[in-house]
Amino acid sequence: MTDDADKPTAAVARFALSSRILHWLMAPMVIAQLFIGVIMVASLSYYPMLLAIHRPLGVAILAFAAVRLANRFTHRLPPFLATMSPAERRIATWSEYLLYALLLVQPLTGWAMLSAARFPITLLGPLHLPGIAPRDIDVYALLRECHSAFAFLLFLTFTAHVCAVLFHTLVLRDRLVDRMAVWPTKPASPQQNETKV
Amino acid sequence: MEPGDHSDHAGEQDDKPSETKPTQFSLRGALTRRGALLGLGAVAGFAAVDVAGIAYAGGWLRPDALTPSRFADRFEHVYGRHDGFRRNHAKGLSGTGSFASNGAGVAICRASVFQPGSVALIGRFSLGGGLPDQADKPDTVRGLGLLFQGPNGQQWRTAMINLPVFTDSTPQGFYERLLASKPLPDTGRPDQEKMAAFLDRHPETVAAMKIIKQSSPSAGFVDSTFHGLNAFWFTNSAGATVPVRWSVIPQGTHSPDIPAVPPSSPGKDYLFDDLIRTLAQRPLQWRLVLTIGEPGDPTNDATKPWPQSRRSIDAGTITITAVQTEEAGNARDINFDPLVLPDGITASDDPLLAARSAVYARSFTRRAEEPKSPSEVNVRQVLP
Repeated sequence: MTDDADKPTAAVARFALSSRILHWLMAPMVIAQLFIGVIMVASLSYYPMLLAIHRPLGVAILAFAAVRLANRFTHRLPPFLATMSPAERRIATWSEYLLYALLLVQPLTGWAMLSAARFPITLLGPLHLPGIAPRDIDVYALLRECHSAFAFLLFLTFTAHVCAVLFHTLVLRDRLVDRMAVWPTKPASPQQNETKV
Repeated sequence: MEPGDHSDHAGEQDDKPSETKPTQFSLRGALTRRGALLGLGAVAGFAAVDVAGIAYAGGWLRPDALTPSRFADRFEHVYGRHDGFRRNHAKGLSGTGSFASNGAGVAICRASVFQPGSVALIGRFSLGGGLPDQADKPDTVRGLGLLFQGPNGQQWRTAMINLPVFTDSTPQGFYERLLASKPLPDTGRPDQEKMAAFLDRHPETVAAMKIIKQSSPSAGFVDSTFHGLNAFWFTNSAGATVPVRWSVIPQGTHSPDIPAVPPSSPGKDYLFDDLIRTLAQRPLQWRLVLTIGEPGDPTNDATKPWPQSRRSIDAGTITITAVQTEEAGNARDINFDPLVLPDGITASDDPLLAARSAVYARSFTRRAEEPKSPSEVNVRQVLP
């Protein structure tokens, strides 16, 4: 931790390529899934159509989250930028853990919840998954409440995450977003150093 | 290879050792007051769009939108809130049995439930309305929900009633009719003016009521015909798709459609009690009849009947062998969502189907989260 803090940020060190690709593949899936879930339960006419997307998309997110967790354990993170205080680093670390946990637990909760209500877990046509929870309406009730609570938490964490990255990138101008870039970025530090000197 | 990638790596390797504390200086160089304000504006703008977007999507910013929650609220407004019970068809009895397919349905549908053979059934007999302890009356809508447990975990769920057509063609119409038919506390009957005003605006309901009144309800559940009402698309193994409506027609009743004559001193649950007593003597059977629509037959309007001459297929026999007091684990805990369909059956363009699925889900979630009370209909109290 302290080693990381003292590291200079001459050039913005990036996340591993696999991490960056997984991040940007999952981001639109998760945002879409959150909106689909919220629109779905509030809609009389789009409910079945959105539900038919929500189930397989949730399973896809679960699969990606598992791959991403394995990737996380096998790759080193780039050091924090010097623009992040120790408190901010702690928040960033814990919110990352929270996001990983939610991305894994939320699809599992949805899957288990449908299992408890005896619903077939239909993915596409005749393709479906087995149940993973006892058929019990009380279990369903609990999981259903968890699914809403986790969705709310996921939305808040996502919003905080994007706001923090935007704040760093647009207000502090520390090129934080470049760490996750899959697009070409300007060599940051040399220019900044030039202005300094 | 991205140019940025290359230079970043180069920078990492070359610059790191030589540099000391560059960050604050380099930041100062990049920061301007104007830039910071614009940046803050962008952060606030994102947060606003994000939060408002989700709030709008969830219906919280649209108080007039008809959502599944508001639909369920209306049932509670009209019938009161009864913890643990369905918002509609609250009074009921669980049942079990089987469906013996004769294979004739294969001609129009590839769903495995239509292959020759037998699948297990869970059923539920019910009365329309949100009162779980209402007194049985002959003209109250009767319901039969079925869950066909097909092979490989496939399911087919349907919730049918004993009316030949439905009273409303749209969810909005149903929603308005619920309020218009709310009994006044002093008379116990709906407000005539409100009902008349509703019917003026909904000629489709007037026409449907006329059809419904042409036949009086049968004596009980045992000799009731139940109709799926909404149209569905059936696709066979060759890929041909046809519109279908289904009904179940009672078998083995000596004279079907006996006009309803309630017993001279009908008990509060006489319809259910008769069902329980009959079933104690013999299993109950219905034929599953699939009626095939032709081009021009309405698939999006459950208030309109299809011509009598339409071809129909007798797909097999539904047998109910036992009934159970509603309790944990039986039909009480099943949502007879009409859009849980096996591969080979899909929803038509009937707007009621999506709305039913959405509102049933809301009702199911609400009652699942509420404390449960015993059902009014109790098998043990009927059979000594």
